[in-house]
Amino acid sequence: MAVITYRQALHDTLREEMLSDENVFLIGEEIGVFEGSYKITAGLLEEFGEKRVRDTPIAEEGFVGAAVGAAMLGLRPVVELMTINFSLLALDQIVNHAAKIYGMFGGQSNAPMVLRTPGGGGQQLGATHSQNIELYYAFVPGLKVVAPSTPADARALLKASLADNDPVLFLENLALYNTKGEVPDELPPAEIGKAGVTRPGSDITIIGYSRMATVATQVADQLGEEGISAEVIDLRSLRPLDRETLVDSVRKTGCAVIAEDDWLTYGIGAEIAASISDGAFDYLDAPVRRVAAAEVPLPYAKPLERAALPSAESLHTAVRQTLDAVGHRR
Amino acid sequence: MAETATRSKSATSGSKGRRSGTRSGGNRVQQRQENTALASESPEALRDYFRQMSLVRRFEERAAQGYTQAKIGGYCHLNLGEEATVVGLMSALRRSDYLFTNYREHGYALAKGIEPGKVMAELYGRTTGTSKGLGGSMHMFDTEVGLLGGYGIVGGQIPLATGAALAIDYRGGDEVVLCQMGDGTTNIGAFHESMNIAALWNLPVVFVVVNNYLGMGTTVDMSSAESELYKRAVAYRMHGERVDGNDVVAVREAAGRLVEHARKTGQPAMLEAVSHRMKGHSVVDPAKYRSPEDAEAAREADPVAAFRSQLISAGVLDEDGAAEIERTVQADVDAAVAFADDSPHPDPATLFDYTYATPVANDSRRLPADPVF
Repeated sequence: MAVITYRQALHDTLREEMLSDENVFLIGEEIGVFEGSYKITAGLLEEFGEKRVRDTPIAEEGFVGAAVGAAMLGLRPVVELMTINFSLLALDQIVNHAAKIYGMFGGQSNAPMVLRTPGGGGQQLGATHSQNIELYYAFVPGLKVVAPSTPADARALLKASLADNDPVLFLENLALYNTKGEVPDELPPAEIGKAGVTRPGSDITIIGYSRMATVATQVADQLGEEGISAEVIDLRSLRPLDRETLVDSVRKTGCAVIAEDDWLTYGIGAEIAASISDGAFDYLDAPVRRVAAAEVPLPYAKPLERAALPSAESLHTAVRQTLDAVGHRR
Repeated sequence: MAETATRSKSATSGSKGRRSGTRSGGNRVQQRQENTALASESPEALRDYFRQMSLVRRFEERAAQGYTQAKIGGYCHLNLGEEATVVGLMSALRRSDYLFTNYREHGYALAKGIEPGKVMAELYGRTTGTSKGLGGSMHMFDTEVGLLGGYGIVGGQIPLATGAALAIDYRGGDEVVLCQMGDGTTNIGAFHESMNIAALWNLPVVFVVVNNYLGMGTTVDMSSAESELYKRAVAYRMHGERVDGNDVVAVREAAGRLVEHARKTGQPAMLEAVSHRMKGHSVVDPAKYRSPEDAEAAREADPVAAFRSQLISAGVLDEDGAAEIERTVQADVDAAVAFADDSPHPDPATLFDYTYATPVANDSRRLPADPVF
């Protein structure tokens, strides 16, 4: 057992997978000579050479598509998209091609590849570099979308994604790269499509993923000190979505708050709320609340940025308000 | 000499192709030159090109018929008028070479070696089709012959083909990728990004632009600032050349030379094959935007009829021999239609069988009226 950063967990796992399978190679902008915009691939060019760590031109559609084509012939590319904002330039190759290769041709080919990319705001990067648009990919059958929140999950889900024969969008988050956590030495791959109950509780269910799953845990700690037992669910996988785990929890607690970094209208939380309505309608003691980003192009100025993004404070407030509503009913 | 745009280090040279590509073509003048070029191919090969071109012609005519009979749905884009290009290109490839095409690919599927019955069955949406009926006209696929897909999104196949060439290079294989596209595709970003990547990384891929001067109803002159499309290659220090797409022998020679060069050196190339689209963009398009002169030129340039008379005048075929090939091809297409018609429709119970290659927990298998819980 070691305590390492989320960044280190990604780096170490990539390195191990490259050592164990020569078909695994890395492709993306600035991942080699520059060692990665966020240094996930530091040292790997030196260790593995240009064939395995391929710096690309600034041509997302071209190199993501090239990775899809290489995957169709049996290689296992790990694409780094510098941030999820730039993935939009490769949308056609991800949605119209990677996601369709297996189904459209009747199972004759497939695209075993991992698209690593960080989302997240809060770094004063402005409107075009701060988005959380994982929903665009979670919407698409044929893709799998995972969103680890801890170093251990980053490792377990990256292993699972590399072992998978389908295209997996692997969502990282700028605010998580420096976070630390325990990573067991022998960690089996996670199961894609499964959520985790990361903290059991009985009074209320808090559901998050990626950065907001870690915020949910902090808020649950604080609520514990206030005498409230909150159950925290980390979705881990956005497609498929583990509705059973969500609904089982809400049937137990009778109320839920969803914490998401994306925008509220049509966001990931909307699907979760609908799922809770589908599976736990009779058990609900209060409306399902969503804590999500304000619906604006994210401003640069710090006070405006801070006001727009969900936080531990805003989540705590929503939980207390929901519990108040429950108190009125119970 | 063929028109070429090339970087100095390219080893491609000595083209015997003819100057072509002007819209109105001078077909008779070209024919005389072609008769001399026929000598470069064996009579058996020439007769087989004619057989394959006739097969594509008859097949596509039957596809149009099947579409009007509502046996075929969706979009249906035909290779009518492009038979010489299709057969010339495919004859330049080994079976182990890979092919990526756009959505106008029935002829390519046939010429790459897929049984006509499988191709027709895909159009009919049957389980025996090239993609088990899941792809349709635009999405044929066959691992056995190396057809790695027809693609319905303009330009979508170009990055994929470049990636397949990357995989070949990664493994040190000797296969080559041929990436077919239409003239309109040269204006999409994926074209530029992939041409640059292929040249930058020395990938064994030949980009073939089939220039029929029409992207749906938009002419090359309306859409391309440089209408001599092969010249685009210069921007990537890539060899580019133009060939008469109505001349199967010329197409085969040019494609074969570029494919073998790519095989030996890993260098990509671009080939522009100029031809005519005899009918509308798809079966349902009456092509009212075409001038009577242009439509007449397309009819006059009919590469199947022209090749037939060339072979007869060169003594490679006689009238009876040509008719015999046409009867055989007709029988093949009749058999393909019967095979497609007799093949089963996919069972709705198989709807969720091909969403994921690796089964995954909590995969949604809900039909429209099913409750989530």
